[in-house]
Amino acid sequence: MLDFDVKIAKFLEQFIDKGAYASVLEGLQNTMIIAVAGLVIGIFIGTVIAVVRVLPKYRLLPRLLDGICSLYVGLFRGTPIVVQLLVFYYVVLPLLGFNRVDSVSVAIIVFGMNSGAYISEIMRSGILSVDIGQMEGGRSVGMSYGATMIKIVIPQAIKNILPTLGNEFIALVKETSVVSFVGATDLYKAFRSIGSRTYEYMVPYLVMAVIYIVIVMVITVLIKLMERRLRKSDR
Amino acid sequence: MTDNNENLIEVTDLCKSFGDNHVLKNITTTIKKGEKVVVIGPSGSGKSTFLRCLNCMEDPTSGSIIFGGENIADPKVNINIHRQKMGMVFQHFNLFNNKTVIENIMMAPVYVGKKNLKKQKRDNLLKKLHLKKGEAVPVTTTPDEIKKQAKEKAIELLKRIGLEEKADAYPSSLSGGQKQRVAIVRSLAMDPDVILFDEPTSALDPEMVGEVLELMKELADQGMTMVVVTHEMGFAREVGTRIMFMDEGRFVEQATPEEFFSNPKSPRAVEFLSKVL
Repeated sequence: MLDFDVKIAKFLEQFIDKGAYASVLEGLQNTMIIAVAGLVIGIFIGTVIAVVRVLPKYRLLPRLLDGICSLYVGLFRGTPIVVQLLVFYYVVLPLLGFNRVDSVSVAIIVFGMNSGAYISEIMRSGILSVDIGQMEGGRSVGMSYGATMIKIVIPQAIKNILPTLGNEFIALVKETSVVSFVGATDLYKAFRSIGSRTYEYMVPYLVMAVIYIVIVMVITVLIKLMERRLRKSDR
Repeated sequence: MTDNNENLIEVTDLCKSFGDNHVLKNITTTIKKGEKVVVIGPSGSGKSTFLRCLNCMEDPTSGSIIFGGENIADPKVNINIHRQKMGMVFQHFNLFNNKTVIENIMMAPVYVGKKNLKKQKRDNLLKKLHLKKGEAVPVTTTPDEIKKQAKEKAIELLKRIGLEEKADAYPSSLSGGQKQRVAIVRSLAMDPDVILFDEPTSALDPEMVGEVLELMKELADQGMTMVVVTHEMGFAREVGTRIMFMDEGRFVEQATPEEFFSNPKSPRAVEFLSKVL
């Protein structure tokens, strides 16, 4: 009744004979590029924000920066990522005078800024989880606050938050499935176009789901390996 | 070095309060080169706070601390430069957990060496461009050379405490006594003028207290200026050149160990000694 054989045959025809695998590969590549680059930008932004937020707040400047950072985090956590993509692509960029920007680049920037907001909170709790004695140890030998933060505290903070950071990366990979809203080819768009050519969506979307699961499983293993490596200073 | 009468740290009217809690009340004292000052007193009397104010680990609320010709209690003074000459040893060691033993010891010398090198190069450039007065000073070292020297020194220091085979181990694999000895040589790596000890043996298992005190004694014999907050009365009596007895944020009594332990003057000190001895 479902004619599974027919559906699979139709899919394979599109996928292999009609060359749709190329766009799937392109989609896979874009998905990974957006997720990885977004994570890197996100860790950078998140670390900067987290450091600003844990700074002692006696003076005006740290307080001002703290205000800016909480506004940033509030904006990006308060709107869906799709809205951020659309606003950035159709409002911010045209207002800044950029037209016809590569949609993958736009996605990287938006995902980076978005995950930066989330990672900042993860990183902040990571920094706070490092014993205050580590900072004092660094300061006592004459290192500056910034140097101790970068060389001593943040590496330990990252180790502590690695599982949560891995979670964030997995979430990021999956969230990239909305980038076709601004025209980028990702896994979803590649499989949707296979489906729309044959009006058979069942197999393409099933394969897509499997690919996502495999990606996430691979990432999970990689994170485990990384954790084990970073734990060597605990033994 | 020991018989030098030069004032190393001059503390004047030092106050520290946490909110309404006045922990230190107008402390004035002088620490001379070569002195081994032992600060004792009941818990909560402000001993650790006093020690932590000396290198501005706690910012003093008011008063002045003259060290290296500058008032380091002034927030405008670059405290980092002075801390390089003022080692500190903590109760909980505070070794860098993400660094190996040898990296812990090399950390500060390499950091400071590289920083000074960069500054020198920048100054030279400015001088060449006539943006700054003076002749360019030839650069005689490289980052690799700085690292190499720091490593040699670190190995030497580790040999001194008999832990050279632990050079590449992480602090988490060391015993408490080993950690504290590494922490002590970490502070020695910068050739400090004085070392501040904040209850260095209080977090140790009893059997490890000895090895740490032994190392401290060795340092004392070599003429290192020391300020020690401790509950080890034996150490205070044997190594100290001056006992400062603290109670409720003030130094109630200052005397030589012989005098203090045999003939304490203030009633508070008499009471304290009757409990701890």
